[in-house]
Amino acid sequence: MNTVKEANDVLLDCQNVWKIFGAKSSAAVKAVSDRGLSKKQVLQDFDCVVGVSDASLQVRRGEIFCIMGLSGSGKSTLVRLLNRLIEPSLGKIVVKGREIAKLNAAELRDMRARNIGMVFQSVALLPYRTVLENAAFGLEVRGVPKDERNETARAALAKVGLSDWISRYPSELSGGMQQRVGLARALAADPEIILMDEPFSALDPLIRRQLQDEFRQLTKSLGKSAVFITHDLEEAIRIGDRIAIMKDGMIVQVGTAEEIVTKPADDYVAEFVAGISRIHLVKAHSVMRPVADFKTSQPHCDVDALLKASPEADIGELIDITMRSDRDAVAVVENGSIVGVVTTRGLLRGVAGMPAGAPSAA
Amino acid sequence: MNPDILRFSPGAYLAPAVDWLNANFHPFFAALTKLIETVLGGIEAALLYPPAYAVMIAAVLLAGLLINFHAATVTAVALAFCFLAGLWTASMQTLALVTVAVMISVLVAFPLGILASRYEKFEAAIRPVLDIMQTVPPWVYLIPAVMLFSLGRVPAIIATIVYGIPPMLRLTTLAFNQVPKDLLELGQATGAPPRSILLKIEIPSATPTLLVGLNQCILLSLAMVVLAGLVGAGGLGAEVTRGLTRMEMGLGLRAGLAIVAIAILLDRLSKGALQGRRIGRSTKAA
Repeated sequence: MNTVKEANDVLLDCQNVWKIFGAKSSAAVKAVSDRGLSKKQVLQDFDCVVGVSDASLQVRRGEIFCIMGLSGSGKSTLVRLLNRLIEPSLGKIVVKGREIAKLNAAELRDMRARNIGMVFQSVALLPYRTVLENAAFGLEVRGVPKDERNETARAALAKVGLSDWISRYPSELSGGMQQRVGLARALAADPEIILMDEPFSALDPLIRRQLQDEFRQLTKSLGKSAVFITHDLEEAIRIGDRIAIMKDGMIVQVGTAEEIVTKPADDYVAEFVAGISRIHLVKAHSVMRPVADFKTSQPHCDVDALLKASPEADIGELIDITMRSDRDAVAVVENGSIVGVVTTRGLLRGVAGMPAGAPSAA
Repeated sequence: MNPDILRFSPGAYLAPAVDWLNANFHPFFAALTKLIETVLGGIEAALLYPPAYAVMIAAVLLAGLLINFHAATVTAVALAFCFLAGLWTASMQTLALVTVAVMISVLVAFPLGILASRYEKFEAAIRPVLDIMQTVPPWVYLIPAVMLFSLGRVPAIIATIVYGIPPMLRLTTLAFNQVPKDLLELGQATGAPPRSILLKIEIPSATPTLLVGLNQCILLSLAMVVLAGLVGAGGLGAEVTRGLTRMEMGLGLRAGLAIVAIAILLDRLSKGALQGRRIGRSTKAA
């Protein structure tokens, strides 16, 4: 029973997927699966470029999953593997319990039309169609009658706040509005999963933030899952429930924003997260010290008299609480008992991004 | 060594082939001739049966309604010139010839152009053929055309089609290659069947370039139809030929200017068909 429930929970499952480009890619794939060649060896021996290397990820229902990486990291290739715009060289991609590599052309079209929507960085609106006709495009090619598809498209456009623009042409809209049309077009088909390929990268920072928040809200309220590609870690942190960091075609780390910021898997990730503000990311449970430890270092302090916070309180809240108190520490309370103490030093360490286990002289 | 041995004469191989076609497929060519003559006769009759002023008024009204005032003016002036120069019948014959030739050219070139944009090898294979079709002087392929279809309008049309196909085909290929890749990706990602992608994404996106191809096809066909006056195609070409053989400056000049008038008419109307629609669209949208 448990496995069935889990299978239902995971909408999109990507298992050890490889994509190798090049004239001798089939030989390279064989070498990879038989001998486990590395990316570098594949390039040397077969003159083939590895786009995605051994990527595994799971997207659960209702989850926004961000894939973050710089250009050339393979993130755009990976997202196109998920709806088989690109055929994987190796590995398995299962969407809603069906392996998409095994679908025939008609089944694949049906899955793309009903289950997986996609939003593009370039927006890809058809310039000779009105906003409404663009939003209804997916339904139109599926053969939905005109009145019905226009109604659905109108509702989708209303969700993204474009009700007044439905009879305009894309060239009359600003970049941000065009991208909303792109989102409405994906939503109109009512898919469970939306693939977002750097949708906001070309927008200016203010509009981008606004769309990020709207997108997250909308996706959550509609209960959709999304795979969101970005090259901007801050965007990934704002939007994503979980984040995968990609480098050279490989997924280096998967985790929540806090996990990635506080426990970077390697130097590459650490370098990325160095500039990220931790104030709203790092939670009390990762900067607190055990009570006993605190008592030995400060025997005169009465732990029970400290102001209290939950383990999920972020550093911003903890700073507020500390400022209201006359002590330099906050007690972390879970289920009615004190599980740890956050000292001012601990807060500073959290803000500076030093590892939690670093020795302290306090 | 005698260099004459090395002399190459493709005609020596081609001529027997044409003879063979003529001997064995004569009924086929005769039937084709009949079909083209029928279509051509129908269009000619439609243009020539009503009085000239009725055709002019109808054409001007259509241009005005479907395109714009400017196109209507050009139509009026061009047709009036043909009429006043005393070349109304010849002009309408030429118009009919060009129309039929362009229709057939497009019917052949459009699907082949799409194929060439889909399959690089096919494109590479037909490229030299297109080069030959475009650069061999048109007089040269009038010869086999006359051998197969005898004198008259049909060999003229066949030669015109051969001349009109390459620009239409090349620009069709270009138009389809220029369709933005992200729009094609959109079609695939939304699960659109190939037919929908062709009709709803590729053809509309390719339309501006396709219309440039159509325009080129029309103008080159017109040039060829005039040349085909040499083989008895009638129309303005015949008038030009007559002027040339009799050294009649007046007739030659009038016929020449009538050809210019028809060329401008066809050019503006085919371009206007595109731009008129665009203007209509933006006013509707505003």
